[in-house]
Amino acid sequence: MKTRTAFWVVRGDLTRSTYLVIGLIGFACLLLIWSGLAASGWFERIFLPGPLEVLRRFVVWLTQADLLGDIQISVYRVTAGFLFSLLIALPLGLLIGTLKPIQAFFEPLIEFARYLPAVAFVPLVMLWVGIDEGAKIAIIWIGTFFQMVLMISEDVRRVPMTQIEAAQTMGASRSEILTRVVLKSAMPNIVDTLRVTMGWAWTYLVVAELVAANSGLGYAILKAQRFLQTDKIFVGILLIGLIGFIMDQLFRLLHRRSFPWLHLR
Amino acid sequence: MAASPVMPLCHKISLQGLGKVFGAGAKQTAVLEDVSLEVAENEFVTVVGASGCGKSTLLRIIAGLETLTSGAVLLNGQPISGPGPERGMVFQDYSLYPWLSVMENVRFCRQLKIHRERSNSAREVHAAIGRSYALLELMGLLERKDAYPNQLSGGMRQRVAIARALMPKPQVLLMDEPFGALDAQTREVMHDLILHLFNRERSTILFVTHDVEEAIYLGHRVVVMAPHPGRIDSIHVVPLPAARHADMKLTPEFLALKKTILQRIHTTSGVYTDQDVLQRLTEIESFTH
Repeated sequence: MKTRTAFWVVRGDLTRSTYLVIGLIGFACLLLIWSGLAASGWFERIFLPGPLEVLRRFVVWLTQADLLGDIQISVYRVTAGFLFSLLIALPLGLLIGTLKPIQAFFEPLIEFARYLPAVAFVPLVMLWVGIDEGAKIAIIWIGTFFQMVLMISEDVRRVPMTQIEAAQTMGASRSEILTRVVLKSAMPNIVDTLRVTMGWAWTYLVVAELVAANSGLGYAILKAQRFLQTDKIFVGILLIGLIGFIMDQLFRLLHRRSFPWLHLR
Repeated sequence: MAASPVMPLCHKISLQGLGKVFGAGAKQTAVLEDVSLEVAENEFVTVVGASGCGKSTLLRIIAGLETLTSGAVLLNGQPISGPGPERGMVFQDYSLYPWLSVMENVRFCRQLKIHRERSNSAREVHAAIGRSYALLELMGLLERKDAYPNQLSGGMRQRVAIARALMPKPQVLLMDEPFGALDAQTREVMHDLILHLFNRERSTILFVTHDVEEAIYLGHRVVVMAPHPGRIDSIHVVPLPAARHADMKLTPEFLALKKTILQRIHTTSGVYTDQDVLQRLTEIESFTH
């Protein structure tokens, strides 16, 4: 009884291994329901392939087609679009969150821009940038940049005022306050923001590749649809999910490594 | 040290007809009105008053964190402009840098250009390192120098904050209810620590608090402020020897001054403060015994 109460405590804690086991059970349930539905015969195979067929397709794709190349080009596009966003969003978000005139100038513009649907820009991007790599990176950039700036500026605004004022009374200059206090203080939250926006970058990768590409996971999914290769669509979707999951875990690892004071126990 | 309050040798801080107005137009409210005060070098002045009397705003203006609407703040006879390292400040809460260790927090000012330019010879750098160790030793935190702030208790954190504020050797130390968030026992320890520190560092301290007992125990003079608009009501010289001891809190002089100050706060603010209630309780108690 004692263990059960500890288990279900509001905001309680679990050991790392228990947490992992429960997480794996979650995945196992998904797999089980999927297998059951596929085996039940309620759906035609062509609409719902079973796990084994998907696995077989994965092996075929890996050995007889260029799966690794597709993954590589997709990861490259996401990373490039994401880094390009970050390169501008970090300094701009830092300035918007600390200097009122810059906030007044940029924030309404960005609030407006983030409601412009990135997907609707695809034809424009094709006209302006063409259909090569730049076009895909541009679409990912449009999809992530505006959200990223706003979220980073919000992270920056949450830095406690007394941390800034303490630096001022020690004689810190404005640039020293930005680099030595505000950025350092906001960094853990910014890394969390990047983890979340990385997920959106993957969403827009698929958009970019569905529309204007001849390689990559998103393109492969689109082509598979034309040939009614449902199992291949499944492989593509699951792989994107898996890669996203791995990147998420990498961000968490980065968080634990870079900000040890937040993970003391 | 002399057995009486330190006589002003020269004015370290001089507030001249200081006024502060928040808002504009019809919503204007005067937070401070015509505040004039002289603080001598090596003097410990405490400021008390009910909430809303502008005592924190006053301190923040001297620190340069708030602008003033009228009047002037002089430091060594020169008007101040903005915050500066000659006026150190200790805040009530959350001012430590959680990403830096205790020692790194104390040495934070050494990262700043203004201090590096001023003293960057090998000897001065060496002296600064020595000072950081000495301050932590004084604060009893030497063995916790590699800990992060969130591994420390509230009292320890505030000691780090004080050491950090003292590190650049400010001419004036401004303290804004620094012990307000601490429990009573820790607070008493901090009182004796700050007095020890004051005598060692020979600094000038302006200390804002809502605790009358704290104000009398620490200060050479106690400034009582009144609200609406914030102004100085009265200034009381503390009739206690410079070397304070906890037993002095029970002397007739101490209690008489405490009563006077509480009465001033009570009549000017028209609000029962916690101290009023406590005072009544002690009176009832002494009555029944």
